[in-house]
Amino acid sequence: MRIPTPVKAVLSVIVCAVLAFVYIPLIIVVISSFNASQSLGWPPQSFTFEWWVRAFSDKGALSALGTSLIVAACATLIALVLGTLASLALDRFEFFGKEAVNLLIVLPIALPGIITGIALNNAFTTMLGWRLGLLTVITAHATFCIVTIYNNVFARMRRMSGNLRDAAMDLGADSFTTFRLVTFPQLRSALLAGGLLAFGLSFDEIIVTQFTAGTGVQTLPIWIFDNMFRPNQAPIVNVIATFLVIVSIIPITLANRIGGKAATGVA
Amino acid sequence: MSESSGAAISLRGVERMFGEVAAVAGVDLEIAEGEFFSMLGPSGSGKTTVLRLIAGFDEPTAGAIELAGKPVQHLASYDRDVNTVFQDYALFPHLNVIENVEFGLRVRRIPKARRRQLAREALERMRLASFENRRPGELSGGQRQRVALARAIVVDPKVLLLDEPLGALDKKLREQMQIELKDLQRNLGITFVFVTHDQEEALTLSDRIAVFSDGQIQQVDTPENLYSAPATEFVASFVGTSNLFDEQAALRHLGLTGRYTIRPENLRFVATDSAEPGRLSGTVRNRMFIGASHRTIVEVDDLEISVLEPAGSPNREIGEAVAIDFNDSDVRKLRTTESIAA
Repeated sequence: MRIPTPVKAVLSVIVCAVLAFVYIPLIIVVISSFNASQSLGWPPQSFTFEWWVRAFSDKGALSALGTSLIVAACATLIALVLGTLASLALDRFEFFGKEAVNLLIVLPIALPGIITGIALNNAFTTMLGWRLGLLTVITAHATFCIVTIYNNVFARMRRMSGNLRDAAMDLGADSFTTFRLVTFPQLRSALLAGGLLAFGLSFDEIIVTQFTAGTGVQTLPIWIFDNMFRPNQAPIVNVIATFLVIVSIIPITLANRIGGKAATGVA
Repeated sequence: MSESSGAAISLRGVERMFGEVAAVAGVDLEIAEGEFFSMLGPSGSGKTTVLRLIAGFDEPTAGAIELAGKPVQHLASYDRDVNTVFQDYALFPHLNVIENVEFGLRVRRIPKARRRQLAREALERMRLASFENRRPGELSGGQRQRVALARAIVVDPKVLLLDEPLGALDKKLREQMQIELKDLQRNLGITFVFVTHDQEEALTLSDRIAVFSDGQIQQVDTPENLYSAPATEFVASFVGTSNLFDEQAALRHLGLTGRYTIRPENLRFVATDSAEPGRLSGTVRNRMFIGASHRTIVEVDDLEISVLEPAGSPNREIGEAVAIDFNDSDVRKLRTTESIAA
């Protein structure tokens, strides 16, 4: 398609403006993490590695990071299993109320976090009598992580010709072999993409976590929130933020690569 | 192969209900070993449902299905000695061509070297030897079709089921594949069950054809008999074109009781002023040149009669009064619709 030059110019300006709007604040955070001034002032005064050194020896930050990784990994794992099973069931079987079940599975992601938080807090403490802790956070995160897996897998199943399963069985594969050799390989990239998204959602979740973590458990977002306005800790928060930006580039790049490969494989 | 009846496939009273609706009902079929058998009908007539029942992708709600004399209606598709070529080919997109062809051998735990050899042979037979490392997405429709065939025949089935396998190909490739399919069936000597909505394709390829309409079999016969002696109005009009005479028209124009059909090519124009002026007379409504022949539509009272003549026949003007005659032997009596339902 040919685009007239003036239109091209306008589009370029808009794209640059959008990118600037998104990335300039991030760049400021990165620069501030090397700023010798304590007070997050602008422009930066002088360059230092001090905050980086301090951040990586800060017990609170490191333990919060560990907690977040454990929570995200466990919630993602639970979601991978349950989300895949749910989408397989809803794709393969016709039953009364199927649409309603579909909606009920997807709903947690649309619910405001504060509602989910209050509801789960109530259920855990009153009905189930659980002590709030790591387990309750993981369970709570799994409720919305399931949605991303379910959606990804379900969309992939929709695009997958139903004849592929028939073809595998026709050639002598039983149900399990068919899943192993045909269905699962088709789902692999959808599972990975959904898993990365679920991991990311869990990793930066703060509202539901507040309601389900109790006092003993501190995830990284909660640690950042708690330390952000403490004058001594502000530079360290910048370091953690910068670190997270760098770390999150890796899964996104991976997901893009996998997505690209899967697309050419399916075409 | 089978010691019993000799029929490769036998269906008795097969019915498949979807809720209140019967997709197929009362289907009786005997398909012989080594036969090229077609199931012909418009979309929704039940032919693909029957194919899926034979393959084992679906279970009949009533009736019995036997393969080589053994009841199979409760067996899963992986326990049946039939293989299917799907309309959309259903090639595994994550596997390359040779891995697709090897799939059936792999799940049968044939050693790797052996299955590679068998798969290569099947690909060579389909003239695809140089494509073994391509992904299905990198192949043309005709090539995918041949991979699907190779994948199905490599496991040496007794019966090959083909669900509109040529439907997605353009006309020229279709005609070429028809010849290849016929050759393949002859060389393998196995039973082919071929589903199509294309009557010409069915007539060209088949030893016998079952014509489906509304979930029921209208007639099972050789292509020649289907064409020259259609049993029902549906068969007469679906297989080729036909002039139909219902009870009233037959009595009035042919002096016969019952329902009859005459093929357009069995009608001829006769001079209106001759001694025997022909049994039908009417006015020319339309005339079309269709390559090797002319089709003339003649209005005979309330009927529209189609007459097919070789190209080069004398011209007929629209509005011209004409007389038409035929040989009595070309008038075919049709079964009434009621006798099918019974």
